[in-house]
Amino acid sequence: MKLLIFTALAAGTAFAQGDAANGHKLFLRDGCYECHGYAGQGGVAGARIAAIALNAPGLIRYVRAPAGQMPAYTDKVISDQELTDIWAYLQTLPKAKPAKDIPLLNALEK
Amino acid sequence: MARSKKISVDRRGFLKGAAAGAAAGAAALVVKPEIASAQEAKQAAEVHRPATPLPGAKQTAAETAPPPHVDVWTTDRPGSDFMVDVIKTLGLEYVAFNPGSSFRGIHESLINYGGNKMPEIITCCHEESSVGMAHGYAKIEGKPMMIMAHGTVGLQHASMAIYNAYADRVPVIVVLGNIADGQWRRSDVEWTHSVQDAAAMVRDYTKWDDAPVSLNGFAESMVRAYKIATTPPMEPVVIVADAVMQEEPLSDAERAALQIPKLTLASPPAGDYGAVKEAAKMLVAAESPTIIAGRVARTAEGVQLLVELAELLQAPIIDKHFRMNFPTTHPLYGSGSVASADVLLGLEVPDMWQNTHSQTPVNKMGMVAKRITKPGAKVITIYAGDLFSKSNYQDFGRYDEVDLAIAADAQATLPILIDECRKLITPERKSQIQARAAKLAETYHRNRQRDIEQAAWAFDASPVSTARMAAELWNQVKSEDWSLVSDLTFVSNWPGRLWDFDKHHQFIGGHGAYGVGYGAPAAVGAALANKKHGRISVNIQCDGDLNYAPGVLWTAAHHRIPLLTVMHNNRAYHQELMYVEDMAARARRGVEHAKIGTSIEDPNISYALMAKAYGMYSEGPIDNPNDLGPAIKRALDVVKKGEPAMIDLLTQPR
Repeated sequence: MKLLIFTALAAGTAFAQGDAANGHKLFLRDGCYECHGYAGQGGVAGARIAAIALNAPGLIRYVRAPAGQMPAYTDKVISDQELTDIWAYLQTLPKAKPAKDIPLLNALEK
Repeated sequence: MARSKKISVDRRGFLKGAAAGAAAGAAALVVKPEIASAQEAKQAAEVHRPATPLPGAKQTAAETAPPPHVDVWTTDRPGSDFMVDVIKTLGLEYVAFNPGSSFRGIHESLINYGGNKMPEIITCCHEESSVGMAHGYAKIEGKPMMIMAHGTVGLQHASMAIYNAYADRVPVIVVLGNIADGQWRRSDVEWTHSVQDAAAMVRDYTKWDDAPVSLNGFAESMVRAYKIATTPPMEPVVIVADAVMQEEPLSDAERAALQIPKLTLASPPAGDYGAVKEAAKMLVAAESPTIIAGRVARTAEGVQLLVELAELLQAPIIDKHFRMNFPTTHPLYGSGSVASADVLLGLEVPDMWQNTHSQTPVNKMGMVAKRITKPGAKVITIYAGDLFSKSNYQDFGRYDEVDLAIAADAQATLPILIDECRKLITPERKSQIQARAAKLAETYHRNRQRDIEQAAWAFDASPVSTARMAAELWNQVKSEDWSLVSDLTFVSNWPGRLWDFDKHHQFIGGHGAYGVGYGAPAAVGAALANKKHGRISVNIQCDGDLNYAPGVLWTAAHHRIPLLTVMHNNRAYHQELMYVEDMAARARRGVEHAKIGTSIEDPNISYALMAKAYGMYSEGPIDNPNDLGPAIKRALDVVKKGEPAMIDLLTQPR
């Protein structure tokens, strides 16, 4: 699977291809899943990153200077292009079904 | 206590008995010729019989002089029988150990003199498992188990688990074997297994120890040890049982002179009345009082008392999950925050400072701490830890500036605090306080809904999400009398977010000192305590933790301890993986190498095969979330029959 995504970078002055397949490899190689889960679902250790509204430049800005507990990843360890690829991969991750459509979770509703 | 009706044989009595026995034995060895017929009998009667010669001087001397030294080989009453008498007065249900020669005397007496009942022996494959089991057991049963170990190599194995119990304020009775007198050490084994001061190794993280030099001393020290261990703050204690004292005989007269003191437990220390009145005044006057619950509820009554206080004040609870303190179904559960409180009440919180401050996280350089309470907020603590401190190990945390510190056991203090609050709440104040309820309930329900919605993410993913694991388990245990005998930390707290916890026995909290290797034995120990209550014990078992001492699976199978274990098999020491990732990102290099030294892959460990090897029903590895529910059902069927069972589940990291 290869998803081509054109993304505005640096305040819309540049465009880069987002390669979702490569993004998946990087997602695993660089340990994104460690805190955010293999499905980007998030948890106590990291925020959900699947199906987020953040665009690629926003993701890059966040990764360079994150809030909270996340370490800062400089361009020495991961390039803008690689982050764009990861962003492209994140766009492929499915949204969750509504909890009311999942019987085990619907049973928890009070 | 009924004394043994066995006849004791001391050295002197033994020698008398031995002489008589030898004579009888000699007579039995004289073989009379068989008389074949009456004729032969008649002939035999007519045969001249020579007179028996008188004994000579040598023989006379041999029969009348004091006998030469004869080794004493046996006894009906070793000292260890009395030690078992002492142990039995303490009402201990179980004693866990890996067998060791320095306490072989007590071991044998427990079986053959004590009948292997009260306490019953639990065979462990590692001393860390023995203490870990006692740790989990105590948190369900509310009283200690005994463990035994060599004073040297056994205690070295046990020491981390003792530290966990110490930091978790849990009583454990540790009895160590040792040969104090070098004259009695028979080999290099016994020399290397002997120690001058056995308890020194763990003295920094035990509450009390003794090495009695007489059996009376042993009796007194064991009773004292039990009392000290079970008086809040509860902690492990150590008694050294000298091997010579265990194994050498005890005469009737000596036994009659021994006494076992009566055990009278000390009442838990309640807070000073004046200080409690002051606390009540501050809490009743507060507009947003908030309670941080540490190790509050020692028993089911503790849960009820905390509910009573929280409802009286409409004070939300921030539960640290060190114990089952407060129902997760209650609208005051988790519906407040430190930052919004004007009065914070910390109940048995071991490190209040951490709760009132933020620090520079590990992802940034330097260290800056900031107080996160709102300006003017007051802090009250009720903490038994203020009554007992040691220096070396730093489990006491950072010193916090508080406004009122009450050195007392929180559960014991709650009834007085509740009474004093009631006295101060006028009808007008009561209506003001109750007006807070709706908003807090709204926050609770919003949190609950958010958790359920979050659980939906990755619900169908493989590896299986920890939220899915929790939801599948809950679906099948919710109609049972269940008990979660594992921690919540490493599974994103999903059971705490999705299950309805409302009984004290439904949760046992965590490690204490985060010493990994606690999880599996604590779960088995807690399940052992739950067994007689007919409860379904559930253990969500981290893979890294199990690999420290997996032999406890055999202990569970051997002793038929019903326990459902679901592996949280993320194939990593995942917390450390994240830390190494942090360090690499900080250093701007090699983030892709963080798995080196932290992953548990290549080869992947089959926990299902491991469990089978130890004699336990098992399934897996399971990576399809749709296979989990049926597997849990099959495993639960095994557990309901009184056996342990394991499901190896491949999981998301957290």
